[in-house]
Amino acid sequence: MKKESAIQIDKLTVAYEAQPVLLNISLAFKKGKMTAIVGPNGAGKSTMIKAMLGLVEPVTGEVVYQDVDQEAVSYKELKNRIAYVPQNTSVDWDFPTTVRDVVLMGRYGHLGWFKRPKNKDREIARQMLLKVGLPSFASRQISQLSGGQRQRVFLARALAQEADVYIMDEPLAGVDMKTEHIIMKLLKQLVAEGKTVLVVHHDLQTVEEYFDDIVFINQEVIAAGPVDETFDKQTVKKTYHRDRNLGEGE
Amino acid sequence: MLIELFTILSDYTFQLVALGTGIIGLLSGVIGTYATLRKESLLGDALSHAALPGIGLAFVMIQRKELLFLMIGAIVSGLIATALIQLITRKTLVKLDSALSLVLSSFFGLGLVVLTAIQNNPNAQQAGLQSFIFGQASAMLQRDVQLIAGVGVILLTLVVLFWKEFKCYTFDPMFSRTLGFSSKVIEFILSMMIVLTIIIGLESVGVILISALLIGPSIAARQWSHRLSRVVILAGLTGFFSGVIGTLVSSMGDNIPTGPVIVVVVSLFVFASLLFAPKQGLIARRIRKREKQKHFLTRLNDLKEGQS
Ligand SMILES: Nc1ncnc2c1ncn2[C@@H]1O[C@H](COP(=O)(O)OP(=O)(O)OP(=O)(O)O)[C@@H](O)[C@H]1O
Ligand SMILES: [Mg+2]
Repeated sequence: MKKESAIQIDKLTVAYEAQPVLLNISLAFKKGKMTAIVGPNGAGKSTMIKAMLGLVEPVTGEVVYQDVDQEAVSYKELKNRIAYVPQNTSVDWDFPTTVRDVVLMGRYGHLGWFKRPKNKDREIARQMLLKVGLPSFASRQISQLSGGQRQRVFLARALAQEADVYIMDEPLAGVDMKTEHIIMKLLKQLVAEGKTVLVVHHDLQTVEEYFDDIVFINQEVIAAGPVDETFDKQTVKKTYHRDRNLGEGE
Repeated sequence: MLIELFTILSDYTFQLVALGTGIIGLLSGVIGTYATLRKESLLGDALSHAALPGIGLAFVMIQRKELLFLMIGAIVSGLIATALIQLITRKTLVKLDSALSLVLSSFFGLGLVVLTAIQNNPNAQQAGLQSFIFGQASAMLQRDVQLIAGVGVILLTLVVLFWKEFKCYTFDPMFSRTLGFSSKVIEFILSMMIVLTIIIGLESVGVILISALLIGPSIAARQWSHRLSRVVILAGLTGFFSGVIGTLVSSMGDNIPTGPVIVVVVSLFVFASLLFAPKQGLIARRIRKREKQKHFLTRLNDLKEGQS
């Protein structure tokens, strides 16, 4: 069991204020699998991801990753091996930068402090832009893109990180069928290469088609496991209609 | 007229002051670009105003105009103001812009009180502490210009060294963090650079106008390019030439203050850029709109004719 899990969350509790948003979460994400993270709005999906990335400080609990030698390490030691695409990338779209430049930023982590991108990095950025189907947009200023195109640029940036773990917070929100197919094809390719992919997902219709594993979350872990064993009406109902007496206000 | 110009240009004092203000303009343009892109244009304003009481109190303590010491005073009160701003925005519901203007005006008021109180002191009058409010570039000494140039070399080296890190952090701070670049380190260096730029500019351009010099060049430069490298270079050049031209204009008359003239020149650059920039300028956009309308009107007419 330990060998095949790429990420292990152990008794994680997170609170922004007095109320806990996540309570005692324990989970393992399998290596080389695509896992859906499912739950209603406000369930704590994004919060869990942020805690996994050290972007919010948990109250208790820890997250361990597995490195190349299958040793357990913390997030800090593995930063360059993890790519993250947030739910809303709230950048200044008028920033003086081109699509090509943004994708190239995906290489910065590998370069480390002070080093400049090399031709190899530019080539990788170019290929990733090709993969997401935006090669002809390379020199555009980023404000001159549609919402779906913007999302694909940030996907290309994550791909350019050439990570082992990809964490995507709702990559399919607000994209059309065509873009959804492009994105899913790319994610499947990553999984085929043995990478671990976590996706926060809202469309329950496509869960069976897209994912290997699923995690139901609503403040606590409701259920977790392979889709064909875990994904059923009852669990969905339990997740979405849970009485959240510990959660929301009052 | 031409001879007059040559006399000015070959005058040593003019050359010195022009070099000093030019470098200050260059640095303000470059460093100010990061401040405006981070939506922190008001921060420069707040910091420069906040430096005033520190300058006054530092003078009270040593009774001499020792530039380095006054600068330390400026830095200390600037840091106190920054801490206050952070405290207010974090612990209360007051928004950043309100917190900035609150701290800005109260520190400036305090600074004016201190300066007025020490006005009667003959040392203070001689030191011309008032110059920190509106600036007095013509009083620049060789020593001052050396200091300005030294700070300039350090700041520009930092910009080159941290180019990739500053760019990524300014554009997408959270992403930069997930890549493993310490946001504390980057944030600290960026703020220190702004504080240093303001402080070396304070004596020549003054508390009130320094923020125009920080913001103006980058706004002008942004109109001409979509690439950060070009925007930074253009902003630096705009700042540099504003400094030099401003100094030249003020040397041509007897009583023309340098700082305000520099800011007027910056503003001219901004207006010209807003109007004439090839892609984003008002005029270019107006022309493009015309052409588009003409183009679509003919197409619509063609369609109509085809139908009938
Ligand atoms: N920065 C914050 N400060 C305080 N509360 C927060 C903060 N961010 C999220 N919350 C609260 O934590 C809870 C979980 O939020 P989270 O963003 O993790 O939900 P989510 O499962 O990602 O929802 P969605 O499907 O809408 O994206 C919500 O009740 C939200 O109001
Ligand atoms: Mg979310």
